[in-house]
Amino acid sequence: MIAEFGLAALWMAAALAGLQMLAGFASLRGEDEEALGTLVGRSRLSVLRAVKAALSRGDGDDILAALVRPAAVLQALLCALSFAALLLLFIRTDLSVALVAQNSHSAKPFIFKLAGTWGNHEGSMLLWVTVMALAGGLIGLLERRLPERTMLATLAAQAFVGLGFYAFLLISSNPFERLPEPAAEGMGLNPLLQDMGLAFHPPTLYFGYVGLSIAFSFAVGALLTRQVTPDFAKVMRPWVLGAWIFLTLGITAGSYWAYYELGWGGWWFWDPVENASLMPWLAATALLHSASVLASRDALRAWTVMLGVVAFSMSMIGTFLVRSGILTSVHAFAVDPERGTFILALLALYIGGALLLFAVRAGTISEGERFSVMSREGALVVNNVALSAILGIVLLGTLYPLLTEAFGVRVSVGPPYFNPVGAIFFLPMLAVLCVGPLLRWRRDSFERIRKPVVAVAVVALAVLAGVYFAAGIALLPLLGMTMAAAVAVASVMPLRGRSLRRLPLPVWGMVIAHFGMAVGLFGMAADSAFSREKLVAAQVGETVEDGPWRVTLVAVEPVAGPNWTALEATLHASYQGGAPHVVHPQARSFWTPPQETSEAALLTRWNGQLYTVIGGEAEGGRWQLRLWWKPFVTWIWYGGILIGFGGLLALIGRLAGDLRRRSAQAQIALRKGPAA
Amino acid sequence: MNTALKPKHQRLVLLGLALVALIGAALLAASALRNQASYFYVPSDMAADPPAAGQAVRLGGMVETGSLKTRADGVTVDFVVGDGKARVPVVFTGIVPALFVEGSGVVAEGSMRADGTFLATELLAKHDENYMPRELEDMTAEQKRRAVAETQ
Repeated sequence: MIAEFGLAALWMAAALAGLQMLAGFASLRGEDEEALGTLVGRSRLSVLRAVKAALSRGDGDDILAALVRPAAVLQALLCALSFAALLLLFIRTDLSVALVAQNSHSAKPFIFKLAGTWGNHEGSMLLWVTVMALAGGLIGLLERRLPERTMLATLAAQAFVGLGFYAFLLISSNPFERLPEPAAEGMGLNPLLQDMGLAFHPPTLYFGYVGLSIAFSFAVGALLTRQVTPDFAKVMRPWVLGAWIFLTLGITAGSYWAYYELGWGGWWFWDPVENASLMPWLAATALLHSASVLASRDALRAWTVMLGVVAFSMSMIGTFLVRSGILTSVHAFAVDPERGTFILALLALYIGGALLLFAVRAGTISEGERFSVMSREGALVVNNVALSAILGIVLLGTLYPLLTEAFGVRVSVGPPYFNPVGAIFFLPMLAVLCVGPLLRWRRDSFERIRKPVVAVAVVALAVLAGVYFAAGIALLPLLGMTMAAAVAVASVMPLRGRSLRRLPLPVWGMVIAHFGMAVGLFGMAADSAFSREKLVAAQVGETVEDGPWRVTLVAVEPVAGPNWTALEATLHASYQGGAPHVVHPQARSFWTPPQETSEAALLTRWNGQLYTVIGGEAEGGRWQLRLWWKPFVTWIWYGGILIGFGGLLALIGRLAGDLRRRSAQAQIALRKGPAA
Repeated sequence: MNTALKPKHQRLVLLGLALVALIGAALLAASALRNQASYFYVPSDMAADPPAAGQAVRLGGMVETGSLKTRADGVTVDFVVGDGKARVPVVFTGIVPALFVEGSGVVAEGSMRADGTFLATELLAKHDENYMPRELEDMTAEQKRRAVAETQ
């Protein structure tokens, strides 16, 4: 029953999305015709225009328009119910449902039964459409600041994109499919995914990934109705900010998960799947900055709209890379050419359509306000160009293996490409980040900010010289540390001479997010420069030294968990001769499905982590032990959390500002009311 | 400093900078990709046209049965990767993946040394029965059987 209910709810949600799209586009056309009569007769090549032309016979435009918002809200509710149904099926381990039988097991701990819901292809796609529907529903319910026809176009666009993914789910990846005979037992979840990290990492990432669909729909809506105004940027900004916070935290959590779960001691592998999450983040970061230019200064109009399209396009390209099975990784749940083709078709339709619409309409977006190169806007343009360049570099590097494979050449692209080439744009961008927040809007002079800039430059040079002579590390970590120091100092400069209590929250958010960049960058540089690795085969009782640590192998014993057995080592680790800490790395064997994983054990200090892994048995009763001392590695994730927290402060500040404005307007309306 | 420039020119300056940066990024990426991408070899490719010593490449094939030896330090292994036509000796220091066994497929990342052995920095073994390194998927069942049979 639950499965049938879930499927029915999903079908109804899809139907409502169809209604929302048709009603939205049809009502838009009616208004468009009145307001923009000059355009009538001009040939329209865009796909979207063709869709609308097909709907031109509707005559009850007002009724249609009134349907759009309720349809969006109802669609969100139905979709959420459908997802809840799937959750329930996984919680109850209903083995008559194919998806549950393939991905769950009755002996799995509760939290992983729950997480199993999205730890597979169909479930994760259902989560995708659910987030899209919820985002659309929220906009439909709450957002009233933009002209109504722009809102209708936006909601129609959101439904248009949503429909493709509904079709994908219902046609090629039905999560509620029943088995002809209930299975006797489930096949279990990939053990690598049976981890607390998984319970939170994918949903967080999805809220960010898919939340960006709102930016896409706002951009399409604004293009259709030519309403690329500061108000458009102000309305879009909190939504993008919300998605960006989730994305930031999702990437941070994913990086930490890969770090401790995969047992390789690395925190970023430039794996295509990681890149797939980084690319939307880069685009969304650029979008946040350009939206702030549009909101405050009415400049960068076309560019901001373009970024709105690009950001979600990157999410979709990422999904294609991950879900089509053209990659092998933990994340590629299923290799299925049909699905890959389907997503590719969706990609072509949405990205191609939006870009076409942009090409048709960009010329009609009038030029915004002008500004001098030496201004806040000028610095933000540099930020945007650099982020776009990095985005392009990551995209090229990610797609390159696919391109060459078409010519029969197999390559893989890794850190030797991404690190130096990315740094060429990343490091100068950080230099501009030091200066930008100090500049005034529109026009400024270097004289005015000379003092703080010189101070930052002195700090940077001192760190550069100090680290170079004291440690003699490689070029990239050296430059990384230098820029980390410069950004750390420069990021708090905007607080200079201002009343800290009266400082607006968004400014605090910016300061903290930029400071977080410095913290994270320092962690990355320190980890790559100062990591110490030790790999030995040790007897029980033997002591190994690694950096400041002395680690003694005390025992190796078998242990058992709910669905695995393991060899567990007991290690006593002492830092610079201090009292020993006990850690237990494990080599685990799961039996559903049969797979071996390595559970690293970590010892965290404020200044770094000791990372321990137990391998197999070696000759002579010895055990393979792998130890890393990673100074300041945790700062990478602290930095990520700070960046997300900065975003959260900015979001709270923006929302509070909107609420104040709204209640002020309501009061004005009240006062006017009796008078009229 | 730029106040002498007209606003229109300022805009052009920014546009020009952006174009230069983006074109520069594309050119840079293209040339870096050509030099930095690590190519995939099977043992017979290695024999026919070996990569330069020290260049990062990946080697895929079958671990020959009977070739796997652990050195006295307990963490360095020597083995031979073959594809039925050619054989490449490989040395790897580290904890081998659980499913890395003789007779199964492996992809080794690393580089050739001057003495003709392959120094692996990472081994990607068959993860589970559903996962095969992509590069090995193209070997037909027949090829795999032959590769295994010939190395037994």
